[in-house]
Amino acid sequence: MNNNDPSSHHFLRWFDPRHKSIGTIAFIINRFSALGLTVYLILHLVVLSKLASGGQAYDEFLILAKSPVIKIGEMFVIAGGIIHGANGVRIALNSFGFLVKIQKELFIGLMILSLAIIFYFGVHMFSGAQN
Amino acid sequence: MVWTIELCIARQKAGSERHYQTYQIEIDPDEYVLDAVEKAWAFYDRSLTFRHACHHSTCGACGMLVNGVEKLTCITPIRSVVQDKGRLLIEPLRNFPILSDLVVDTSSMFNNLNKVSFNQVASLPAACLPYESEQPEHAHPEYERLVDCIECGMCISACPISLTSSDYIGPAVLAAAQHESIQSLSPRILEVVDNKNGVWRCHSAYECSAVCPSGVEPGWRIMKMRQAVIAHRIKSFFSSD
Repeated sequence: MNNNDPSSHHFLRWFDPRHKSIGTIAFIINRFSALGLTVYLILHLVVLSKLASGGQAYDEFLILAKSPVIKIGEMFVIAGGIIHGANGVRIALNSFGFLVKIQKELFIGLMILSLAIIFYFGVHMFSGAQN
Repeated sequence: MVWTIELCIARQKAGSERHYQTYQIEIDPDEYVLDAVEKAWAFYDRSLTFRHACHHSTCGACGMLVNGVEKLTCITPIRSVVQDKGRLLIEPLRNFPILSDLVVDTSSMFNNLNKVSFNQVASLPAACLPYESEQPEHAHPEYERLVDCIECGMCISACPISLTSSDYIGPAVLAAAQHESIQSLSPRILEVVDNKNGVWRCHSAYECSAVCPSGVEPGWRIMKMRQAVIAHRIKSFFSSD
């Protein structure tokens, strides 16, 4: 086998956007957002497991959770969820044969919508932090 | 007008490491990339191997990576991919074993095309894409023409899933299956496409459609094939006893 043959070892090349079309950008975004959400799920379970250590340990975590760093992290989770979900809608529609001819426009439209929703969430989250 | 370009070509024999060889080529910018490769072969190095035949985008033999992008080199003008005194990088198609230099082994694609009984000749209505703006005025099933796919393999080269799995049958074969299934979705086609290495393995990157030199739109066809498979499954579910 030479390095031109298909191989699972080449998966890092998925994330190389050079010379690629917008479909690959969507493909890359979907993978990054999925990986991010998976990491979040693991962290979420770790945090919930603190409940088993008693109320005080969980309360200490809740204080930490109000820090700006965690809030920015939460913002990334929301952004990841919205972008991954919107991209998923595009893929689901396309997979049933709908809007395939305008998949680029569909992707751009859904990403603009996602950014608007993320902005809305961001404003609410960070303005709510003052209260 | 004559340009001088630096033509950098990937050299590799089967089983050996790839290296790059550079040639200074003088060429009219309105000539094509394949002409530059031929000049390198004719005037500098007769051991350079590459595939070509028709020189007018019908045979699909001369697909290569030009500056990292799949191009049919016989119809890619020099001026569209490089400037005077610029560097032009030529590499073999991805995701196929290298036989020699720019020649890759596409036999897996042709074997899979045989599995779906792909016929290069089809009736005129079947050979046209439904969304083609100019449908023939007198489209009649008795009239036939060559279908658009020239079996160049560039869609498989560009596909991110074909990059990581040799089991995936690839966009060219799935597009061919969809074309054949317009006439009839036979059990033979279903067997090839309705499995984990068939139509469900596509991840909607649409690079196949982006690089296709013939407007076959493999990505669109894969999604249509999915639609047909889902419809078939629903019909089978309700018709079963």
